[in-house]
Amino acid sequence: MPYEPPAVDDVLAAVTARFGPLESAVFRGQTSVVVPAAQSFEVLEHLKEQGFDLLVDVTCVDYLEYRGAKQRYGLVYLLASTTTNQRLTIRVFVDDPVSADEKWPTVRSVEPLWRAADWLEREVWDLFGIQFAGHPDLRRLVMPEEFTAHPLRKDYPLQGRGERHNFPVITRDHS
Amino acid sequence: MSIAPAPRSFRSDAAADTAAERSEDYLWTLNFGPQHPATHTTLRLVLKLDGERVVDAMPEMGYLHSGFEKLGEHLTFNQYVTVTDRMNYISPMANNVAWHHAVEKLLGIELTPRCRSIRTIIAELARISDHLLSNGAVGLDTGAFTFFLYAFYQREVIYDIFETLCGARFTNSWTRVGGVSQDFTPLVIEKIRTFVKTFPKTLEDMERLLTRNRIFVDRTKGVGVLSKEQAINSGASGPVARASGVTRDLRKDEPYLAYEDFDFQICCASAGDCYARYLVRMAEMRESLKIVAQALENIPAGPVNVGIDQRTALPTKQQVYSTIEGTISHFELSMSNRGFEVPSGESYGATEAPNGELGFYLVGDGGESAYRARCRPPSVLHFALFPQLIRGHTLSDVVAVLGSLNIIAAELDR
Amino acid sequence: MALNMPGRQTMPGKIELPENVVVSRLDELANWCRKNSLWPMPFATACCGIELMATGASKHDLARFGAEVFRFSPRQCDLMIVAGRVVMKMLPVLQRIWQQMHEPKWCISMGACASTGGVFDTYAVVQGIDRFIPVDMYVPGCPPRPEQLIQAIIDLQDKIQREGTITGREFDTSQRQLRKRALVEADQLLTLDAARNPVAQRELSAAAHRT
Repeated sequence: MPYEPPAVDDVLAAVTARFGPLESAVFRGQTSVVVPAAQSFEVLEHLKEQGFDLLVDVTCVDYLEYRGAKQRYGLVYLLASTTTNQRLTIRVFVDDPVSADEKWPTVRSVEPLWRAADWLEREVWDLFGIQFAGHPDLRRLVMPEEFTAHPLRKDYPLQGRGERHNFPVITRDHS
Repeated sequence: MSIAPAPRSFRSDAAADTAAERSEDYLWTLNFGPQHPATHTTLRLVLKLDGERVVDAMPEMGYLHSGFEKLGEHLTFNQYVTVTDRMNYISPMANNVAWHHAVEKLLGIELTPRCRSIRTIIAELARISDHLLSNGAVGLDTGAFTFFLYAFYQREVIYDIFETLCGARFTNSWTRVGGVSQDFTPLVIEKIRTFVKTFPKTLEDMERLLTRNRIFVDRTKGVGVLSKEQAINSGASGPVARASGVTRDLRKDEPYLAYEDFDFQICCASAGDCYARYLVRMAEMRESLKIVAQALENIPAGPVNVGIDQRTALPTKQQVYSTIEGTISHFELSMSNRGFEVPSGESYGATEAPNGELGFYLVGDGGESAYRARCRPPSVLHFALFPQLIRGHTLSDVVAVLGSLNIIAAELDR
Repeated sequence: MALNMPGRQTMPGKIELPENVVVSRLDELANWCRKNSLWPMPFATACCGIELMATGASKHDLARFGAEVFRFSPRQCDLMIVAGRVVMKMLPVLQRIWQQMHEPKWCISMGACASTGGVFDTYAVVQGIDRFIPVDMYVPGCPPRPEQLIQAIIDLQDKIQREGTITGREFDTSQRQLRKRALVEADQLLTLDAARNPVAQRELSAAAHRT
């Protein structure tokens, strides 16, 4: 028999009681809750107090080419509890900023809650170009520091824009 | 592009910060990696040293970032399994199983009992081979070369089993959506049976070599201590978390494949140091062997792939040549856009890989490949732990801590 | 090795050598030394590195071929084995390590990823290290089996023996071009000298036999 994860109804009820009604969905036994970007930190802090002590993953999806998507970036916070084995997915949707003085979409960092978020958020910044406000050390994680693009965005081609060929060539004469 | 940027700032705890500021002059900086024998893989550490003592460390990664997740958006679910082989390359079979576990969760496919059982056996063999190498590497780094040779010889035996099963030593690409590419043959079962019989003796030899070896114990005990709270807060998983007393093992907590049917224990320790991680890995090999032994004698009969009427896994050659359903199913699966249906939804499927929780967050958009294939790698979170583990220890402890975290660069950077 | 073996019939008019004296070309002697004491520098990045370890470990034992002294300092090595894919962030490191190695030095590109980029035709992966550093030997496979790597090392030893020179002339790219051209024009040379050259005659007759 496939494994059925423990229900998270009581947690959802507690969250909605405090933050108002939130959109939630269940797919393949996994509950996901959509949280507005302005409230994301508070909701996650609340959930941590509710017993979701493990931040499994922070990642992002670029919905540029997705059918029916309203906002471009969807952040994913996968939470789990080490005591009750409940799992919960938190979705935070953001868009490219419209004003010129802001360059990147910004979400508040959850690094103060979980140390695990440190590198995971750096990776999201590196690959998707989403800023995390309040992150103590938001640098690129996997790409070289000189790199300018954010490669996992959907408008970045798989083969890149020629960066991988842009190196000096060493021949036998040089060495 | 320049070689590698110099570290701008060291991030550290408040206490270490003030200490470093007070005494910046006599500290010196050591670059460790990315090409260094003791890192085993391509990762870089910039260490701040006070004599031989490590005041702070700044780990850096990305020296093997090859765009796996981008590639996952362009390869179909069956093609991408070749890429997962190259992810954690010391236990590729476990990655294959993890990937298709996540895919089947997204597609809502229920495996046949036989498939579940044989995937379990293979995943556990992969766990043994991983722990052999990671413990062997800890031994190697702390000066026990013989131990490493013992471990590597047993890895060769497991390679041999995998080669008999699917033709490749490692980078096996063995699983398929809804099944596997090759079923167990009697020869494979025979070889695994021999391995189950002979391996405990080697394991005992290995334990005799190292577990109570004074030099090894002195170099690992009390080094790199990770508390339970830190482990949970930093998202550690697998043997690293279990050595710190976190009793979380997805095989028990969220049973997948056939783990529910077998009798085994979660191996935990409370010390949280390098020695505890070594002990947990040694104990897990015994438990894995127990699972393999139980599963091997109780492999259910029946088909290994999901039935041809569901059009997920390729039918067998016999079905293709003798039945019309098989022919049609084979044709449709070989054509693009005619195979299984992918829902427009998102799911996260995780397995307990040898290194920790290896999960894939998949977004389907109805196409034949994933819209987004995020891999949740345990190594990243473990490597991020490194500065807090090494602070205050000596330079020679760096390799012991790195080895016990078992960081695999290809999984780290993807 | 073309040594003047003792016990050979002395030709009239030549100086007779004592039995414990061997005459050879200096180049060949140097090559013989070099090829049997290759010190590999394992630039192992990914999966191929595990097979590289397996090649050096218990079952396959690279030591039998005189190339087991893995040294991780580029200053001590003369054979770089690039095992695994090399990505953008790593390539400057690879080039620097290659430049740190002393002459004479050789490079084996092990596996599909190092040679061509392999399955990783993505933004970050360098599509073959031979675009940026010189490579002497390519090993196909993903990853290559240890036997393949051993074969590559044997082939490299043959190559060193065949074309190595004590002054390193074989690394001079202009010389190499000349030699390549000579190979292209070999047919003509063969026919011209055929009457005098027994080797050429043999080859010609073999070719005639084949056709």
